Amino acid sequence: MKTEIVLSYLRKDKLPHIWCPGCGHGIILGSMMRAVHKTGWKKDDIALVSGIGCSSRTPGYVDFNTLHTTHGRSLAFAAGIKFSNPRLNVISVMGDGDAVAIGGNHFIHAARRNLNITALVFNNYIYGMTGGQFSPTTPYKAIASTTPYGNIDKNFDIPSLAIGAGAGFVARSTAIHVPGLDDIIYQALNYDGFSVVEIISFCHVQYGKRNKLKTPLSMIDWLKSIALPIAAYEKLGEEQRRDKIPIGIFKNIPTEEYSQKYIKEIIDPNKSKDSILKDYCKAKLYDL
Amino acid sequence: MIKKMMHGNEACAYGAIIAGCRFFAGYPITPSSEIAEELAVLLPQVEGKFIQMEDEIASMAAILGASLNGIKSLTATSGPGFSLKQENIGYACQTEIPCVIVNVQRGGPSTGSPTMPSQEDFMQSRWGTHGDHFIVVLSPSSVQETFDLTVKSFNISEKYRTPVILLMDEIVGHMTEKMILPEPGEIEIIDRKKPSVKPEDFRPYENTEDGVPPMAAFGSGYRHHVTGLMHDETGFPTNNSEIIQKQKDRWKKKFDLARDTVVFTELTDAEDMEYLVFSYGSSARCTRKAVKIARENGLKVGSMKALTLWPFPGKELEKVSRGLKGIVVAEMNMGQAIREVERAVGKNVKVLGANRYDGESMHPDDILSVIEKF
Ligand SMILES: Cc1ncc(C[n+]2csc(CCOP(=O)(O)OP(=O)(O)O)c2C)c(N)n1
Ligand code: SF4
Repeated sequence: MKTEIVLSYLRKDKLPHIWCPGCGHGIILGSMMRAVHKTGWKKDDIALVSGIGCSSRTPGYVDFNTLHTTHGRSLAFAAGIKFSNPRLNVISVMGDGDAVAIGGNHFIHAARRNLNITALVFNNYIYGMTGGQFSPTTPYKAIASTTPYGNIDKNFDIPSLAIGAGAGFVARSTAIHVPGLDDIIYQALNYDGFSVVEIISFCHVQYGKRNKLKTPLSMIDWLKSIALPIAAYEKLGEEQRRDKIPIGIFKNIPTEEYSQKYIKEIIDPNKSKDSILKDYCKAKLYDL
Repeated sequence: MIKKMMHGNEACAYGAIIAGCRFFAGYPITPSSEIAEELAVLLPQVEGKFIQMEDEIASMAAILGASLNGIKSLTATSGPGFSLKQENIGYACQTEIPCVIVNVQRGGPSTGSPTMPSQEDFMQSRWGTHGDHFIVVLSPSSVQETFDLTVKSFNISEKYRTPVILLMDEIVGHMTEKMILPEPGEIEIIDRKKPSVKPEDFRPYENTEDGVPPMAAFGSGYRHHVTGLMHDETGFPTNNSEIIQKQKDRWKKKFDLARDTVVFTELTDAEDMEYLVFSYGSSARCTRKAVKIARENGLKVGSMKALTLWPFPGKELEKVSRGLKGIVVAEMNMGQAIREVERAVGKNVKVLGANRYDGESMHPDDILSVIEKF
């Protein structure tokens, strides 16, 4: 039954997908579809936008209005879609490199601006599509094709970044905590404002093979050993926290959504109209 | 009919709204900022949306998102900002999303001369983004033309599903002149064609007779996929070389068929001319004066003003160049359009450049001194 729900949202003629067997991204796609199903949104009213990367291939398989843009720019395209037609439900799918390296500026400003967009960051700690270079989330000491001696870059904590930039809904889950992931995505979709869910995915092909996690199964075991609920994480001492990642909802507060604020505060039908526009733009100007 | 004094950037803003533009995304930069400022005032009055984005890359992306919703969209920038927009201008070319990009030129490269006039982006406006592509570039030389060409830019972008660049320059953007607005009903306004087939039969990149596939708005019931990868008629990525070639050949067909309807030039004093001055944008104003002085001195000089820079009006130029003693290409750069002029007229006519690239506007003497060299 659950599989049927997922399949009912997919473009079945576009399958099989391009992801490697055992990639975490496909599991997240399943969760997304179950969460969308729960919202009851019509396919016609959903725009699914992505950047470039393995994760960003998601829209091609889903039967919505779908947009596969340029690397890092997913949220900027999504902003244009949501702001110009607030009636659409807009979801943005990004990789870790997509969202917080090349797209980092768009990410923080989307969080600040607060258009109602759900940002799903598929974090596999690596640049999958381009062959395993390190990303801003690659752990310290990890090996990537461009960190052959181990990574010395500090990494981003995506939820902290999103909270710092002002996002009202911020959560993290993983590709192996599936019922929980379904629910977190559902809550993010329902949130009226900019919401961020970091979803720890796994890429045994580009990340695992270089870091003693050669098989999807070993990556799943690794994720199991490091992820724990926020409450349990908070009980740990600093030393014990080091190799763990908290999952759950970090922030969920009501905020004022940008396009609604614009309609309320900026578009004022009682404002006196410019003398030229009065004559030239009488009719209601666009209807959707 | 309304007569009004306004500056070029203001005329651009009015032209956009009257053409039906209801979405602007931009990032401030001299000498284009007044377009954004004007639209921040005007767009909300017509229920349009104005948004200042975090940079030019985002602005370009946002207008494409809005245009995919069926809404006519504009961005405006200058110099460095135009460079930043190039990646997503390429995306617009690849995916055939109508939009208008204004570049009010300033001197470059890099930060260059922010407040000084220039025409140094003639080539970048055509070849700024990577890869084979087609694009239309219009360039006004007065406030009136700025208004008229802004409306035309939207019409062309909608009719042919293409980005259009309106290449202004600092002089045209900032000068104040009288502008005449025709009656509302007298302005031609074109909207993109929409699909009439059933949603399941919709092919967003169909090879239609005119090469222009109908375009469906997101949310209109025609769910489809848009990607910057080379794609087939249905919009999905392909590596099939035959299909890739077919798509690119359709682009070519579309622009070949459109060519004569988007190329605008103005020829003056041509009946008896022995010399021709070719120019565009604010240099064309100076050309008019230079021609007048030359004629007073007994020289038979005519002029051609290009309102469309790309596709380059080579055909039009070639036709009038036969038998001439010389052509002067007057432009505020180190010689960009001159290459296209030489290509168009071949070896039959001597071509010399009148160039100004010190940040000052072109002076009639700059042109007259070159005519003397023939
Ligand atoms: C402007 C630009 N720079 C670089 C690239 C090459 N590129 C494609 S995908 C990618 C990174 C993908 O990694 P990520 O976003 O983490 O997604 P993943 O493939 O791991 O899902 C890069 C660098 C590009 N397409 N565009
Ligand atoms: S390279 Fe990695 S991220 Fe990309 S499809 Fe394969 S397993 Fe998934």
